[in-house]
Amino acid sequence: MTTSIERTWTAVCAAEAVPEYAGVAALLDGGVQVAIFHLPGDRWYALSNWDPCSGAAVLSRGIVGDAGGVPVVASPVYKERFTLDGGQCLDAEDVSVPVYEVRVREGVVEVESP
Amino acid sequence: MPTLVVAGHGMVAHRLVEAVRAEDPSGNWHIVVLSEEPRPAYDRVALTSYVDTWDPASLALPGSDYAGDPHVDLRLGELAVSVDRDARTVTTASGAVVSYDALVLATGSRPFVPPVPGHDLAGCFVYRTIEDLDAIRAAAVDKPGRGRRSAVVIGGGLLGLEAAKALRDMGLSPHVVEMAPRLMPLQVDEGGGSLLRRLITSLDVTVHTGTSTDAIEADGSRLVARLGNGTELDVDLVVFSAGVRPRDDLARQSGLEVGPRGGVLTDASCRTSDPAVYAIGECAAVDGRVYGIVAPGYAMAEIVAAQLTGGSGEFPEPDTSTKLKLMGVDVASFGDAHAKTEGALEVAVNDAVAGTYKKLVVTDDGKTLLGGVLVGDATEYNTLRALVGRPLPAEPGAILAPAGGGAAVGVDALPDAAQICSCNAVSKGAITRAIHEDGCDTVPKLKACTRAGTACGSCVPLLGKLLSAAGVEQSKALCEHFPQSRAELFEIVQATRITTFSELIARYGSGSGCAICKPAVASILATLGNGHVLGGEQMTLQDTNDRYLANLQRNGTYSVVPRIPGGEITPEKLIVIGQVAQDFGLYTKITGGQRIDLFGATVDQLPLIWRRLVDAGFESGHAYGKALRTVKSCVGSTWCRYGVQDSVGLAIELELRYRGLRSPHKLKSAVSGCARECAEARSKDFGIIATENGWNLYVGGNGGTTPRHADLLVSDVDTATLIRTIDRFLMFYVRTADRLQRTAPWIEELDGGLDHLRAVIVDDSLGICEDLDAAMAKHVDNYADEWKGVLEDPEKLARFTSFVNAPGTPDPAISFRSEREQKVPVMLGVPEVRR
Repeated sequence: MTTSIERTWTAVCAAEAVPEYAGVAALLDGGVQVAIFHLPGDRWYALSNWDPCSGAAVLSRGIVGDAGGVPVVASPVYKERFTLDGGQCLDAEDVSVPVYEVRVREGVVEVESP
Repeated sequence: MPTLVVAGHGMVAHRLVEAVRAEDPSGNWHIVVLSEEPRPAYDRVALTSYVDTWDPASLALPGSDYAGDPHVDLRLGELAVSVDRDARTVTTASGAVVSYDALVLATGSRPFVPPVPGHDLAGCFVYRTIEDLDAIRAAAVDKPGRGRRSAVVIGGGLLGLEAAKALRDMGLSPHVVEMAPRLMPLQVDEGGGSLLRRLITSLDVTVHTGTSTDAIEADGSRLVARLGNGTELDVDLVVFSAGVRPRDDLARQSGLEVGPRGGVLTDASCRTSDPAVYAIGECAAVDGRVYGIVAPGYAMAEIVAAQLTGGSGEFPEPDTSTKLKLMGVDVASFGDAHAKTEGALEVAVNDAVAGTYKKLVVTDDGKTLLGGVLVGDATEYNTLRALVGRPLPAEPGAILAPAGGGAAVGVDALPDAAQICSCNAVSKGAITRAIHEDGCDTVPKLKACTRAGTACGSCVPLLGKLLSAAGVEQSKALCEHFPQSRAELFEIVQATRITTFSELIARYGSGSGCAICKPAVASILATLGNGHVLGGEQMTLQDTNDRYLANLQRNGTYSVVPRIPGGEITPEKLIVIGQVAQDFGLYTKITGGQRIDLFGATVDQLPLIWRRLVDAGFESGHAYGKALRTVKSCVGSTWCRYGVQDSVGLAIELELRYRGLRSPHKLKSAVSGCARECAEARSKDFGIIATENGWNLYVGGNGGTTPRHADLLVSDVDTATLIRTIDRFLMFYVRTADRLQRTAPWIEELDGGLDHLRAVIVDDSLGICEDLDAAMAKHVDNYADEWKGVLEDPEKLARFTSFVNAPGTPDPAISFRSEREQKVPVMLGVPEVRR
C-alpha cells in the first residue's frame, strides 16, 4: 500500500490480469466491493460493484463498450448501462453508482480506499 | 346476472364469446354455449390439414375451451333443438332448458347433398367436420382393394378441391366432378379456370367439368358414379362437396323471419326480427344475403359483441375476396371478379409458359379497379384487393406485365379507407394513425396495436411497406455500432474469415461495441468454429451466462445444469448430482426440459462443482447459452405399450448431434414415440413425432409469452432423412435469423414462409444444401465440452474468482435463508460506500 497526500490507495492486482474490455471485482476494507474496468489506451475506471437496479453485486461482470462514444458497462442482470467515468445510469432516471479513483503504478492496479 | 345463450360453437361463435369476454372482463354476462359437436370450436378453415396429423389438437383454436373462465359455460354435445321466444328459453336435444336474456344463433351451415339416386349409399360422405374426415379415413383404410384406391368428389369449388387434396394426401386417386364449365366457378373466370384445371390435373387429380352426376350405384364393395356425359367412374368412395346451406331450423321453428334464399334474416346490425335474438356467421342472412366464408362471420361476431357490451355496430361492406393455395397452386379473386358491373372492361394476361393467369376488371374508362382474378401467382393480391374501387396507379396492362417490366403497385397508391387486414377489418388509415400517433415503429408493435396481421398473416408484408412509406426506417442495423443485420454480419464473417470482434468492428462497424453486438458476434464466431467461447478476446464479448458457463440468478449467484441427453440418466449419475448438490449446499429443482438445475453457486464454486461433474462423465448442458438446450423425450417403444418408435434413442442422438451449436436464440426440441405426443414436441423449435412408417418433423413451435404449435415440415421420413432435414433447418436458421429471433418468427418473416423453407432445405431451391450439410458436419466433428476446456486451462480457471484481490473469498453480499428444507436467496440492502 502506498499513500499520497489526499488519498489512501489499495493495491488490487497486476494490470496484466485485467484484459482490455474486461472487468474484475475487488473487495476493500469494510466489505466494500469495487468493479474495475480496463479499456484500450491504458484507460482504467472503477465503479461500485453493486448494481442498484437489481440489488446484486455484479457490475464487474457486465459487458464493457460504448454508448455514442461514451464508455459504459451494462449490468449483467437487467442490462442497464452505467457510464464508466461518472457512474450515471443511462437507462433509469436518477440512478447512479459511486465512482472510485483508480491508477496503475509499476504494473499494479490501485484503487482509492473508501 | 343476465344470460347470453350462444347456439352453436364454430369459429364465429368462438370469436363472439372472445369478443364479449374482452369487452366485459368483470362478467356482467353469464354465457352459455351450446355446441352440437363433441369438441370446442376448431379451425375449420384449415380442416384439410387435419390429414397431415390426424390429431384434432392441430386444429385447436387457442382458448376455445374457456378453461378457468367462470363466466362461460361451454356445453359440448348439446344440440339446441328449439327456441321458445315468449318464454325466452332454448331446449336442447338432451331435454335441458336454458333461459336467455339474449340469444345468438351461430349454427353455421350444413353440406348440401344433391338428391341424386344413391346419394345415401354406404361409402358416400360429406366434408365439413373432423368426424367427417375420420369417417372418410376409416372407409379408405377399410377397403384394401387391388391397386390404388380412388374417390370422386362431387363439386369442383373451393371446398371440393380441398377435399380432393385431402383424399390425395390419404393416398387415393381423386376425381373431381363440376357441373359448371370450369373449376371454382364462383371465384375464377374462364381463363383462370382453364389454367387452374391444367395445374390441378398435373397433380394427379382427374377433372370432369360441365357435367352433372346422375346416379351413384353400388357395385360389390365399390361404387359407380354415372356422369351426365356418359362417363362411369369406378370408385371406392364418394364425397359430396356441392356447397352448403344455412342451418336456419331454429329460426323457422320459432317463427323468426328467414331470408329469400334461406338463412336467419337480420338487419345490418345482425339483429333478427326478435330484438333479443341475433344471428351471425353462415346461418345468418344479413340484409338477406348469406356469406359462406369466415371473415364476414368474424365481422358479424364483433358487431354483436359490441352491441351486447354497450356499443353499436353495423355490418361493413363485406369483403368476399379469396386467396388460397391449393396443392401448391395460388388462386385469388377479389372484388367484381366476373365483370358484372355495367360497362366493366377486362384486361387479362395468360402466360401458359410461366403457368400464371392474371385478370383485372376495370371501369369503362380503364381508370378504376373493380376486381380481378389471379391464378398461379397471387403475390400482388394484397395490394390489388386494397385498391378495389380506387383509381389505378398505372395502366392496367402495365400492372399486369410480367415481373420486372411491370409498374409495381405501391402502398402509396392506396387510400386511407383501403382495407389492409380483411380478417380483422383494419384500414390503411388505422395503420398509419398507429404509426404516427401511437408511435408504432415495428411490425410487431403494429400487430399488437391494431390487430392487423394477427389472423391469417397474409397482410404482414404490407405492414412493413406501410412503415417504410411513412418514413419509419425499418432499420436492420444490429445496434449503434453495426449498420448490418445479424444475417449480414454472419455472411461477412463467413466470407472474410475474420476471427475476432475487434477486427470485425474496425472494418465493418464503429466504436467499441456494446452488450447487443458483442454477444451476437460472439455467437457467430462460435457457430463458425473459432475455438473455446472463452478463448482470448472472446471472453470479453460474452454475456455473463456464457462468460461463466452458468445461469446468473437474481442475487448474483449462478445455477448449474449438467447435460442429461434425452432425459435418460443412470441411478449412479443421479446420485453424483445429489452428492454434488449436498456438498455445495445447492438448491435443487427439476427443469421442464427433463434435467436438474442446481442453484446458488458462487463464481468461485463453479469450477469445483464442474470438476466433480466432469469426472463423473457429465458435460455442459448449455442451459446458459443461446444454443441447443435439451431434446426432451417420452419413454417410447422400449417401454410404452403404445409407442411405435424409439423416441429416447432418437432424442439422445439428436441432443448429442446438436449440443453446443450456438444460435440466434435458444433452441428446444423433443421427440414423441407416438401420436399421443407425451413429449410435447409441437411446442418446440423442432419437434419429432413417431409414425408407423418413420417420423414427422414439425418446426417453429415455442412456449413463452406467445405460445405456438410447430408446423409439419416433412412427414413419414426415415431417420437419415430426418436428421439431414434438421441439419439444414438449423444451419439455415443460424445463418439467416435476427438476433434473439426464435424459429417461429423467423419462419413467419421468410418471404414465402414454411413453403419457402421447405423449398430451400428439402428441394434445395437455392442450391445451398451441400454447404449447409458441410457446415453441420463441421460442427458435429469439432464439438468439445466447454467446461472440460475450462478445467484444463489454468488461465481460464483463474477468471472464476469473485474478487481479484481475494480469491476464494465468497461475496459477502450473498446470503441465504431456508425454505421447504432448501436454501433460497436473501436480497441484502445497499452496501454502505462513501466518497
